Amino acid sequence: MKFKFTFWKLVFAVIMVAGIYATAVRFAQGLGASTNLSDQFPWGIWVGFDVLCGVMLAAGGFTLTAAVHILNIKRWHSIVRPTILTAFLGYALVSLALMFDLGRPYRIWHPLIMRNPHSVMFEVAYCVMLYTSVLSLEFSPIVLERFKMEKALKIIKAVLIPLVIFGVILSTLHQSSLGTVYLIMPTKLHAFWYSPLLPVFFYISAIAVGLAMTIFESSISSKYFGRQLELPILRELGRVLYIVLWVYTILRFEDLLHRGMLKQVLVNSYEMRLFWLEVILAMIAPIVLLSFRKLRNSPGGLYLIAVMVVLGFITNRLNVSITGMEGTAGGHYLPKWTEFAITAMIVAAGFALFGLAAKYLPIFPDEKEHDAAAEEPKAVPVTAAVMTNAGD
Amino acid sequence: MSKALLYDATLCIGCKQCEAGCAQQNKLPYDDHIAAEDVTSDHKFTTVMTRSDKFFRRLCMHCQDPACASVCPVGALHKTANGPVVYEENRCMGCRYCMVACPFGVPKYEWSKVLPKVQKCIMCPDRVANGQPTACAEACPTGATKFGERDELIKEAQLRLHDNPSNYVPHIFGVEEVGGTSVIMISGVAFEEFGLSPAKLPKDPLPIYTYRVLSRIPDFVPLGGAMLGGVWWITHRREEVAAAEAEEKSKKDGGTR
Repeated sequence: MKFKFTFWKLVFAVIMVAGIYATAVRFAQGLGASTNLSDQFPWGIWVGFDVLCGVMLAAGGFTLTAAVHILNIKRWHSIVRPTILTAFLGYALVSLALMFDLGRPYRIWHPLIMRNPHSVMFEVAYCVMLYTSVLSLEFSPIVLERFKMEKALKIIKAVLIPLVIFGVILSTLHQSSLGTVYLIMPTKLHAFWYSPLLPVFFYISAIAVGLAMTIFESSISSKYFGRQLELPILRELGRVLYIVLWVYTILRFEDLLHRGMLKQVLVNSYEMRLFWLEVILAMIAPIVLLSFRKLRNSPGGLYLIAVMVVLGFITNRLNVSITGMEGTAGGHYLPKWTEFAITAMIVAAGFALFGLAAKYLPIFPDEKEHDAAAEEPKAVPVTAAVMTNAGD
Repeated sequence: MSKALLYDATLCIGCKQCEAGCAQQNKLPYDDHIAAEDVTSDHKFTTVMTRSDKFFRRLCMHCQDPACASVCPVGALHKTANGPVVYEENRCMGCRYCMVACPFGVPKYEWSKVLPKVQKCIMCPDRVANGQPTACAEACPTGATKFGERDELIKEAQLRLHDNPSNYVPHIFGVEEVGGTSVIMISGVAFEEFGLSPAKLPKDPLPIYTYRVLSRIPDFVPLGGAMLGGVWWITHRREEVAAAEAEEKSKKDGGTR
């Protein structure tokens, strides 16, 4: 096969070269030379985007496994694998990003033996560590199938349900805890975002983003891997997303009301503009668009809505971690080019790894169903019968 | 009993002897250039700020229930029984949560170093353990910084405010703020002028805000597990029943034929 040089490969190459150079600067000269962080602004986009958004964008893993394996929504089964892949890559890349952000990355294992259970960060570290292990086990059947390791496959299948339950619990804990991280800063985080309900907001929005990311990656996969779009499934996800967004929006505004902030969000300020950017992108626009039947049923409409929700909640996480902290820090923070370069490299690596996995592993159901049909042709009618009966 | 410092800004003459003493004790560089720096940093743990003819000293407040120690995932910071909040460099992995969590912006980072550590006033724990005053208190020529028992120093501050009410703003900083601190401050000008806002700081220790949520986790895990397991059982039981019924139906159909 001849190597074709496409536009996206060129973009990827440029990002990688810049990222590798930035990596050299980071580790040879330290955080001061490679970031615009300071004593007034100790956390930048490596925390606000790479960690907070990275974990949020990987939330499709627990949302979809819970829906399919716990709630037993069998018809969604065909999209579970790509979401588990996204989640697994997401958490792996969050861990990688931490290696850049930690002042002493070689001590990343310290929480294993130096425990402070009063620290939210400690809890998040443990949950992320355990959940990454759970994800790799949930992901392992894909690899085991590829190499036809039947015995190991059987073991994983036997423990799948407890594994999924454990994964959902761990996700619930750390997705919400990333909000709890900010509860200790009542004097620092701007009142638009500081709320005792932060953990709840982080959790519900993670579910919304998990659904939106599933729609997003299904749409992209169908475009770039020439797969058929699972439109009926995406439509259902869109409806669930609609409900989740309503719940989130109502809670957010009720919270603002109770904290006496509803008037403030109408007074023009730097924070106010970014607050409304978040509200429009993550809440108002997707809810309005989803209420049109034509849009929520069309592939293009769903794709647009999913992208908006993802961008909207990325804005939310950046508002909590950066915008909301600028007022008390007394100054604006703009990331240095090296910070952007490393973040871009990590995101690009995520896309590339997803592409590679999709190419070489049985991620999408088409191939898998062929195999299953060839190996156990009798199984198909039985499950079909069960599925038609499950509805009564 | 826990030791503390009482800083009385009305007695401070801005001589910066405390800064010099601190630098010497902590083996930090100190010269005229550093003396002129108005803020604390990775190489300056205390600073005497000047606003017109008024002086005010800033340093780690050594909270009774410190946010920095509570948030540190590896327990690199902790409050000692004597009063000082100390830092164990060998544990720190550099997440900088302490810096973000501190309501006074005290912990500083060695940004210019490849392998940085957190830097802050640690209230001379070795000296305090030996019953000696901190280096800054010892260096102070006017008694503006005084070392002693926390309870007694609070009483003394109350007495000074009572005896000379016109000299002071009517507030003792550090008695109630964020659950109390081991550095007690009284001043002739508003604390806000020097970056401390008693009105904005909660009376509760900050760790309570996260602990309220964290303490629910041990209950949540078994409860969540049982609930999810229950939902799984219900949704799959329905399916089994449906399958069994279908089988029975087909058997019956087979029998009649």
